[in-house]
Amino acid sequence: MSYLPPGLSIPVPERNGLSAPFWEGLREEKLKVQRNPRTGAYQWPAQWIAHDDQSFDIEWVEVEPRGRIYSWTRVWHPVHPALKDACPYVVVVVELPHAGNVRMLGNLLGDPTAPVEIGAEVEAVFEHHPDAEPPFTLAQWRRV
Amino acid sequence: MSERTLRGSTAVVGVGETTYYRHGQAPEPEFVLCLKAILAACADAGIDPVEIDGFASYSNDRNDPPTLSTALGCRELRFSNMQWGGGGGGGAGAVANAAAAVATGLADCVVVYRALAQGQFGRFGQGPRANTVTGDLALTVPYGQMSPAQWYAPKVTRFMYEHDIGQAALRAIALASYHHAQTNPRAVMYGRPLTEAGYDESRWITEPFHLFDCCQENDGAAALIVVSAERAKDLKQSPAYVLAAAIGAGYRVHSTPAGFATPDLASSHFQTLAPRLYAMAGVGPADVDVVQCYENFTGGVLMSLVEHGFFTAEEAMDFLTLENLTAPGGKLPLNTSGGNLAECYMHGLELQIEAVRQLRGQSTAQVPGAEVSLAAAGPMVTPVSTVLFGSGATL
Repeated sequence: MSYLPPGLSIPVPERNGLSAPFWEGLREEKLKVQRNPRTGAYQWPAQWIAHDDQSFDIEWVEVEPRGRIYSWTRVWHPVHPALKDACPYVVVVVELPHAGNVRMLGNLLGDPTAPVEIGAEVEAVFEHHPDAEPPFTLAQWRRV
Repeated sequence: MSERTLRGSTAVVGVGETTYYRHGQAPEPEFVLCLKAILAACADAGIDPVEIDGFASYSNDRNDPPTLSTALGCRELRFSNMQWGGGGGGGAGAVANAAAAVATGLADCVVVYRALAQGQFGRFGQGPRANTVTGDLALTVPYGQMSPAQWYAPKVTRFMYEHDIGQAALRAIALASYHHAQTNPRAVMYGRPLTEAGYDESRWITEPFHLFDCCQENDGAAALIVVSAERAKDLKQSPAYVLAAAIGAGYRVHSTPAGFATPDLASSHFQTLAPRLYAMAGVGPADVDVVQCYENFTGGVLMSLVEHGFFTAEEAMDFLTLENLTAPGGKLPLNTSGGNLAECYMHGLELQIEAVRQLRGQSTAQVPGAEVSLAAAGPMVTPVSTVLFGSGATL
């Protein structure tokens, strides 16, 4: 059971594979981001180069799938036919304090009309789409 | 040349636009709209169109300079310029690029233009329909976050949270645009006033944006002509001198749709630009008589006005009232043509034109004696841009 109905565009890695470790990690229920092995600086979304020392040597690391809500919006107007009966739904920007405060985007599971509190602790829920072509997994978020 | 500045060396001498239409309603091809807006700006200036030797636009406008120059029979083409990135945030940047080209002798007569016929080419405010998405889009579209309103809403939510700002601040910005559109016959929302109750009762698009916090989408075209200050003295209109222009964004501001990752999320991204702008112009926020500030969404205007130094975030709730924002007598008359919300979403070029009209005394919501006029483009994208125009008295 997915939070949003099927019919939205399916996420796939770039043809050059930049974000492939992220998408492969999600399928294994692992949340991975990039880190500079020399300085420990995290970065997300994926880049080819480390932003703090301009090295092309970057590692992918698994991080604890927890965070806190940094900001949000509640969508009432559907801009895609697949979402016609899916509103309202909540989109959250989640900050990962243990990973250099990088931020990710996802849906906040639960009652979409409930108040959303900035700063609230959340944990990732891996939402698998095994029947999609190609299959993929999303990281969603729920209050702890 | 000891000092590197644009101050006073160029001027906008002609402005023009087509009829502004609801999206999809233009009766002519986009390219024809573009040509007609350019001809209108030339006629306004008293310049023969064949004199145009430079073209500047933004947001990947589909009407390219070689084709326009050929179609118009221009004598030669010296400057063919596209402001890269930021969509509508390049509107003032295109004026800046034109002014820089004229000031440095690359070209003598540059037209800045933008044309949109969305019936022919599709709309901004609809999500992608492709089977797959990749890159930054893959990080937002599968979560139902796929339109500009949705991408920018969390920036505004965070700013309002940090500074305890309520919905009435956004409402005042929307009401000011609709108020000014009621005296502007060019405005698509002319004859369609908006009340506080009308705003409050309007549906949510995506929180914190009601319907009336969001810009229109329209068809039409607009253009303005930049020449040297010397040449400007001999033309039909009072010149609107470019006092300063600035383009940019701060540290690691991600392009839409990865904006959620930008370290300074709660920003319209004018912080680094505004000090450069005022320094070049030799004026401060208190000297600005009238402001045109790009409204993709009202929350972006809120942050833009703070970052241009007109008031602090903590003062926003007191400052942002309809009375303060309306011509002729408000403290800071804002979007006096109706802007993107209520005149026309000509991707903000109508705001640059209105800034010029205010200095000529030709606005339909004129600020008496306006001498310094600011026009900002973009908020919440990267790069953003702003131009400060001044009358002859400011030189």
